[in-house]
Amino acid sequence: MNSIQQKRQEYRSLFKQNVAKRLLVDKSVRVIVFSCVVIAIIPLGSILFEVFKNGLAAISIEFLTQTPGAVGSGEGGIGPAIQGTLIIIGLASLLGVPIGVMSGIFLSEYGDNAFARFVRFFNDVFMEFPSIILGIFAFLVIVLFLGHFSVWAGAFALSLIMFPIIARTTEESLKMVPVTYREAGTALGLKKWVITFRIVLSAAKSGMITGILLSVSRIGGETAPLIITILGSSQFFSSMDTPMDALPLRIWRLSLLPYDSAQLQGWGAALVLIIIILGINLGVKYYFMNKKSGLFESIIKQRRNITK
Amino acid sequence: MTNFNLNLKKKITSDKIFKLAATLAGTYVLVIVVLMAFQLMSESYPIWEKEGLSFITKTDWNAVEDRESFGVLPYILGTLTTSAIAMMIGVPLSIGIAMFISDAPPKIGVPLGFLVELLAAVPSVIYGLWGLFVFRIYFRDWIETPLHNAFGDNIWLFSGNPYGLDILTASVILAIMIIPTVSAVSREIMKAVPQQQKEAAYMLGATKWEMFKLAIFPYSKTGLIGASILGLGRAVGETMAVTMLIGNSTGLGAIPSSLFGPSQTMSSVIANEFVEASPASVHMPALIGVGLVLLLIAIVINVVAHLLVTRMLKIKEGAINN
Amino acid sequence: MTTLTIKPISMESSILSESPSTVDTKYKMIAENVTVSYGGIDAVKNVTMKFKEKSITALIGPSGCGKTTFLRCLNRMHDMTKNAKVTGKVMIDDVDLYSKEIDPIYHRRKVGMVFQKANPFPTMSIYDNVTAGLRLNGIRDKKILDEIVEDSLKMAYLWDEVKTNLKKPAIELSGGQQQRLCIARALAIQPEVLLMDEPASALDPIATQKIEETIIELKNDYTIIIVTHNMQQAIRVSDYTGFMYLGDLIEFRETTKLFTDPKNELTSKYVKGHFG
Repeated sequence: MNSIQQKRQEYRSLFKQNVAKRLLVDKSVRVIVFSCVVIAIIPLGSILFEVFKNGLAAISIEFLTQTPGAVGSGEGGIGPAIQGTLIIIGLASLLGVPIGVMSGIFLSEYGDNAFARFVRFFNDVFMEFPSIILGIFAFLVIVLFLGHFSVWAGAFALSLIMFPIIARTTEESLKMVPVTYREAGTALGLKKWVITFRIVLSAAKSGMITGILLSVSRIGGETAPLIITILGSSQFFSSMDTPMDALPLRIWRLSLLPYDSAQLQGWGAALVLIIIILGINLGVKYYFMNKKSGLFESIIKQRRNITK
Repeated sequence: MTNFNLNLKKKITSDKIFKLAATLAGTYVLVIVVLMAFQLMSESYPIWEKEGLSFITKTDWNAVEDRESFGVLPYILGTLTTSAIAMMIGVPLSIGIAMFISDAPPKIGVPLGFLVELLAAVPSVIYGLWGLFVFRIYFRDWIETPLHNAFGDNIWLFSGNPYGLDILTASVILAIMIIPTVSAVSREIMKAVPQQQKEAAYMLGATKWEMFKLAIFPYSKTGLIGASILGLGRAVGETMAVTMLIGNSTGLGAIPSSLFGPSQTMSSVIANEFVEASPASVHMPALIGVGLVLLLIAIVINVVAHLLVTRMLKIKEGAINN
Repeated sequence: MTTLTIKPISMESSILSESPSTVDTKYKMIAENVTVSYGGIDAVKNVTMKFKEKSITALIGPSGCGKTTFLRCLNRMHDMTKNAKVTGKVMIDDVDLYSKEIDPIYHRRKVGMVFQKANPFPTMSIYDNVTAGLRLNGIRDKKILDEIVEDSLKMAYLWDEVKTNLKKPAIELSGGQQQRLCIARALAIQPEVLLMDEPASALDPIATQKIEETIIELKNDYTIIIVTHNMQQAIRVSDYTGFMYLGDLIEFRETTKLFTDPKNELTSKYVKGHFG
C-alpha cells in the first residue's frame, strides 16, 4: 500500500512549479485579446468622428436640396443624390422583396427536400458574389436588352443583392414559428397559402421586417453596381431613361476631385448616408432588442413558476 | 354534397398555385446564376477569341485602338496580394476578438460585439473616403515613411516612395472591413464547442488560455479556417475602398512590386474603366472577362469556406452521437 | 398528497452519532455552508458535508435536488457557469478552495472529475488524452509519461483493451471505454479526491459493472464522491450516502444505515421508491 502512496507522491513531485508562469501567460493573453478589440473599434470611432466633424460643416438646407454647382466651386448641394438614393432603394425593394420573401417561404415551408437544399446552397453562394459583377450583369441584361440606358438596371442590380439576404432571413424567421401554429391552421381546415400568409407570416413579422430593413441599409451604401448602371448625374431625376445620381456615387465622384470644397461636400454627403444607414441599423437593433428582452423576461418568469 | 366537393377542388388548386409560385421563387436564384454565367461568357467572348487563354497570363493593358492588348494577370495578382495581406492582419485580430467576446460577461460582451458588427454597416465608399483623407495621412507619415527610410534600401518590400495610395494602405483598410465577418463566424464556431469539452479542460486545472488550446482550438480548427476563407472571399469582392486607395496603376505597373507601390485589383479596374470603355472595341469584353475571372475565383473561395464551416458543425454532431 | 415537512439534518449530529472514532478521523474534504444560486433561485441551500479520507460517498436524490450542482462546487466548476453564485467554504486539506487569497489552479489539481457523459478530447489519441493534464503541469519526459499512462489506464481497467494501440483516436472507443478513458485522464494528474457525476448512467449494464469495480478498487487510494440516481449502485459502491431534496441535505449517514433505517421520513419515502 505504502509503495503506491510513494509512487503517487513521486509523480506529484514531478509537477513543475509552473502555475505562476501559467497564470502570467494567461493574463498576457487576456491583454492581447482585449487590445484586438480596441484595435478594431478605433477605426469605427475615427470614421464616425471624422464623418460627423467634417460633414457637419457642409450641412445646410441648400446643401440637402440643391443640385451640385460648378465643379470645384463649392456651391450647390447633393439634392439629386439624396433623391436618387431614395428612388433606387424603392425600386430595388419593389423587385427584390417579393422574390426574396417568396424564396424564403419556399425554403421554409417546402424546404425539406434535396432540391431545396440545392437552392439554399446556391442562395448562400450567390450572396457572396462581388457586387460589381452583379452590376455588370444588370448592365448586360437590361441595357443591352432594352437597347438603351435605364434606371431599372441599377434597381435590378441592387435587387440581386437584396433578395438572397431577404430569402435567408425570411426562412429563418418562418422556421422559428412553432409547428403548432401551422397544425392549428390545418386543423381548422385552412388552405396552406392562407395558413402561411395569415398565421405564420404574421408571427414571423418582426424577424422578416428586420431582414428587409437590414438589406435596405446594405444596398443604400452600395456604389460599384451603380457606377456601371445609373452612372451618376448632376440633375434631379427626370426619367427612367436618363442617368441618375445616388449618395454613394456622389461621394465617390467628389472624392476624386482635387478641390477642398469638393472634399467638404464629400464629407457632407457621407454624413447624410451614414445617418440613414446607421439609423436603420440602430433602429432595427433597438426594436429587436426590445422584443427580445420581452421574450427573455417571460422565459425567466416561466422558470420561476416551475421550480417554486 | 356537391358544394363540398367543389370546395375541396378549389383548395387543392389554390394550394397548388401557391406551391408553384414558391417553387418558382426558389428557382429564381438558379436562373439568375445560369443567366449570369452565360451572359458573362458570351459578352466576354471577343477577348477570349482575340487572346485565348493567354488573357489570363498576359500583363499588357492597352486600350489604344489598333494596339489593343489586354491581360488580367496584374489584377489577379493585385487582388490576391491585397486580400492575402488583409487576411494576415485581419484574421488574427478577428480570432482575438472572438476569443475575448466569447469569454467576456454579457454586460461587456454584447455591446462590444455590437460595435464590431457596426463596422460591417459602414459602406465601402465611406471606408474609402476616410481612408483617403484621414487614415492615409497618418499611415503614410507614422508607418510607411519610417519603414521606408529604415528598410527601403535593403528589403524590396519597403522600397518605393510611399505616397499613401498603395497596396499596404488598401490592404489594411480591407483587413478592417473583413473583421466583422471573420470574428462573427469565429465566435459562432467557438460557441459550438460543447460545454463538456471546456469542462474537461477546466477539470484538469487549465487556465482560460490553456482551455482554448486544449478544448476549443483543436475542436474548431476547421471552422476557423473556414471563417478566415470567408473573410478572404469578402476581401476579393471588395471594390470601392480598394479603388480609392490602391493607386490605380495599369498593366505592368499594376503588378505588385512593393508594399508602397500602387496596384489595381480586378474589381477596381472594372469600376474605373467600365463606363468609358467603348463597346466597339475589345476593351469592354476585356473588362467583362476580368469580371468572369473574378467571379470564378470568388465562387471557388466561397464554396470552400462554406464546406469547411459546415463540416465542422457535422463533426460536432458526430461527437455527440457517439 | 400529504404535506412533508423538510427538516435538514446537520452533518455534525448524524456523523458524530454514528461513526466510532471521531477524534482521529481525517477528513479529506469539508464543504461548509455551501449555497449555490442561479439568478436568484437557490439550487443548493446551505449544505455542510464532511468527506472522510479514502471513503466513497454517494449523493442521491430525485432529479433537480441539487446533488450535481453541489458536486460541481467541490472543484469550482461553477466558475464556468455564468450567473452562478457560490457562497460558503470548500476545504481540501485545510485550504479553502474559494478563498480569495489563493488561485484555485494550485489546488484544483487535487480534485479530478468524471462527467456524466464521457467527454474525451475528440481530436486527440488515447495516449494524448491521458497525458493532457500532465503536459499542462510541465511533464515532458516521455518515459515518465508512458509510465503514468500505463498506470492510469490500468487503474481504470482499460489498459488491456487499448495497450496495443495507444495512438488510436479517442472517439473510436466505445461509450464504456471512453468513460474509462476519462477516468484514466482524471487519475493521471494524481488527484487526491475524485468526483464522479453519474459516471455509468449512459452505459450498458456490463460497462456499468466494470466502472463500479473500478470505483471500488480506487477507494484504496482516493476519496471519492459519486452522484448517482441509482440507489442500488449507491448501496453496492459507497460507504456513506447523502440524500438531498430541493437543495437541502436531508440525511447523511453510513450507507447501510441510511437505506435500512432512515431517520427522516422523506428519506424513507425516497428509498422505498415512493417518489423520485
